Amino acid sequence: MSVAIQVDEVIKRYGDLTIIPHLTEQIKNGEFFTLLGPSGCGKTTLLRMIAGFNSIEGGTIRFNDKVINDIPAHQRNIGMVFQSYAIFPHLTVRQNVEYGLKLRHVPKDEMKKRVDAILDVVQITEYQDRLPERLSGGQQQRVALARAIVIHPSVLLMDEPLSNLDAKLRVEMRAAIREVQKQVGITTVYVTHDQEEALSISDRIAVMKKGEIQQTARPHTVYTRPYNVFVSTFIGHSNLFRARIARKGGGLAVVFADGYTMAMENLSAEAQEGMEAIVSVRPEEFSIRAAGDGLACKIHTKVFLGKYINYGLAFEASMLVPGQPSIEYSQDLGHAERILDVDETVTLRPNAAKANVFSADGSHSLMEGVVRHE
Amino acid sequence: MNRTFHWDFWAGITALSIIVFGLFLIYPLFSLFVSAFQDPNTGEWTLSHFAHFFERKYYYQSMINSFSVTACVTLLACIIGTAVAYFMTLYRIKFKPLVEVCIVISLLSPPFIGAYSWILIGGRSGMLTRFLADYGISFPSIYGFAGILLVLTLKLYPFIYLYVAGAMKNIDSALIEAAESLGCSGFRKVVTIIIPLITPTILAGALMVFMNAMADFGTPMLIGEGFNVMPVMIYSEFINEVGDQANFAAAMAAIMVLITSSIFMVQKYIVNRKSFTMSSLRPMQVHALHGVKCVVVHAGIYLLVALSMVPQLVVIYTSFQNTNGSVFIDGYSLESYRTIFSNLWNAVSNTYLFSTIAMAMIIFLGMTVAYLTTRKKSWLTDVIDTLSMFPYIIPGSVLGITLLLAFNEEPMLLSGTAIIIIISLVIRRLPYTLRSSSAILYQLSPSMEEASISLGASPLKTFFKITAVMMLPGVMSGAILSWITAINELSSSVILFTGDTKTMSVAIYTEVIRASYGTAAALSTILTVTTIAAMVIFFKVSGRRDVTL
Repeated sequence: MSVAIQVDEVIKRYGDLTIIPHLTEQIKNGEFFTLLGPSGCGKTTLLRMIAGFNSIEGGTIRFNDKVINDIPAHQRNIGMVFQSYAIFPHLTVRQNVEYGLKLRHVPKDEMKKRVDAILDVVQITEYQDRLPERLSGGQQQRVALARAIVIHPSVLLMDEPLSNLDAKLRVEMRAAIREVQKQVGITTVYVTHDQEEALSISDRIAVMKKGEIQQTARPHTVYTRPYNVFVSTFIGHSNLFRARIARKGGGLAVVFADGYTMAMENLSAEAQEGMEAIVSVRPEEFSIRAAGDGLACKIHTKVFLGKYINYGLAFEASMLVPGQPSIEYSQDLGHAERILDVDETVTLRPNAAKANVFSADGSHSLMEGVVRHE
Repeated sequence: MNRTFHWDFWAGITALSIIVFGLFLIYPLFSLFVSAFQDPNTGEWTLSHFAHFFERKYYYQSMINSFSVTACVTLLACIIGTAVAYFMTLYRIKFKPLVEVCIVISLLSPPFIGAYSWILIGGRSGMLTRFLADYGISFPSIYGFAGILLVLTLKLYPFIYLYVAGAMKNIDSALIEAAESLGCSGFRKVVTIIIPLITPTILAGALMVFMNAMADFGTPMLIGEGFNVMPVMIYSEFINEVGDQANFAAAMAAIMVLITSSIFMVQKYIVNRKSFTMSSLRPMQVHALHGVKCVVVHAGIYLLVALSMVPQLVVIYTSFQNTNGSVFIDGYSLESYRTIFSNLWNAVSNTYLFSTIAMAMIIFLGMTVAYLTTRKKSWLTDVIDTLSMFPYIIPGSVLGITLLLAFNEEPMLLSGTAIIIIISLVIRRLPYTLRSSSAILYQLSPSMEEASISLGASPLKTFFKITAVMMLPGVMSGAILSWITAINELSSSVILFTGDTKTMSVAIYTEVIRASYGTAAALSTILTVTTIAAMVIFFKVSGRRDVTL
């Protein structure tokens, strides 16, 4: 029923423009796989290639072992949920859900059983005889989901299905989609540009940029051990410092531009003494220290956010990788010993166990055990 | 100060629109119904006119004829119009813009030019008939049912085409992809998704076709011969000024209004039950055609367009031919045009004058009344809104008769004046402009007006400086289309005209009846050229490539 998807060296071109140069990825049977990236990164293009709405200019896509490149969309047995939902406006909720089953000549009584069951799962039984126009966005979303799942597709494809909903409903539907997906255990490819959505819903995430997959990993890994600078800054905020690898005692350390030296225990074999590198520190991975024992900086701005206070920091320009919009420190109010003031000078020490070190060009991680495809 | 003045202005517009609709639409319609039930000599109430109608086959047959030919035209136009719209929107057709322009021209051309041209081609002594006769082939008769069907279908399928092509552009390609993702393809996709999605639109177009075909006077008059239809019957009974014939004509007109209004209600009922809104994020893709299918589709579309353009071309060609009385003779000249300049010039100037005055009134009334009915809703504006629907269901010749019956005596003697013709043009076209103006207003955010008022402009000043200015491009392009239909109007003018207020389309009609085919052709050519020129202006003003009526 549900299948694994194997994407091999796939190429997408529009005329002279190459959207996806060559892309390889495996999606496991039954997993919730998310394509995440900024707009224009090719994630929807890839999804529509799997669906069969976009042609494939090179390489192969397989469902289990079967190459599907030349199978037209309507024979691929896919369930697709569209950004605009694409609910047929001339059919009632029930007729919309029945549509795919009728085409498959499912017997009447079985069709009724399956439609009843799925309407119940997505909780729209009470609206089944309404025309779609009289449904709210969230309800239409549920119809779209039911219509896609009820045909028992090989894969479920979702193209930014929550982007037209308001924030609260988005969180609610996110949980509903995840629950329904686990319940029917179907391979799902999900496209979004919302990192929080991706982190909360997925088994694995593929972060894309310019038609290439930057990293595929579990949500936790993507956040804590990003494969490169793009992933570390696209998902959550990261502060990037210039540094150099040095030897300290028996192990290695990173030396910041102001001379502060931080011992590192988990660098990969590639990291050698004297190499230039980038150190990436999450805003929540600093702690306040007495002077001389960390990175000296000045508080530039201060924003109170309830659980946190977010400080904008000012460093010597030579300390930082250029082109960053802001350098931030998030102070958890639960553990704050002291609230800082604007224009105050403080010393912050990064948490060495949580910091990430990248090659000087930012292209890959110098941390032990971090791989591009997990 | 401002506040009271603004109230006065809108109250004035309310009163004005009530007067316009009340005096020139409701009161005449009321008098029509009254005289339909009245004995002209005694003034007593009677059903004898209706009895007269239903007793004689000669009369009630016209109703059956009208109904059958109209139903056939509507059905045929729906099939042809939808098919052309389907292929033109979804497939790459060579010379698509040219094809579209030709389709629009055939819709906006004077209504009876088709009939008249087809007689020149396939009539008893038509070019094609004589040509075929030379080879011993007899051409099937163009007169009667078949002729009306041919001419009206070719003239009216563009309505369906324009409506459906518009709707097809509004179908989101995600709907088609959703169907495909569920396992649907090919013909099945057309039947289960595309056709149901455009059905409300087809029905809307079908109503327009039905009303136009039912009300058409010129075509059956010229090409119908023995095949009598109601508008022709009403006209001939009405101008036949013997005894109580006017009352009998009124009774027939009343029957016709009953038929059109029931059709109108049935259509509204069906459409309301089926209505839904569509908006397209990504329109459907245009595909290339290949092989036999490509040839067949192109041939079909080109043949259809050629058939609809033939009347125009025949008319233009014959306008330069020499004539001798009713017969075209060898050689070419501008003789027919010279005749127009010396004898019929007032018809030409009348046409432009009346249509332009009517257009100005339509623009003013359309914008202000639309503003009333959308932004200043009250029970009174709802009444105006309902009244404004009436002209949809009143055939032109019936409107002509009602106006004539109502304004035939002192103190409201308007018959024979230019005013009454202009009024009939305004009444007939105003509803279309009202609808499109309201649609534009619904799209304009009221906060724009509120912003202007908050900056110190009075509400009235805001209307003229902000709202009206923003509405104007849309209203103007609609008004140009109204102007085109006004210069080509025949069915009410033919009843209302006198020697001094003759318009071009009336003149063409009378010239054809007098068998002066040369001058009729020249007049038609002037109308066609004017129509095309106005369309060019329309496309420039609106910046659009399509037409909606």
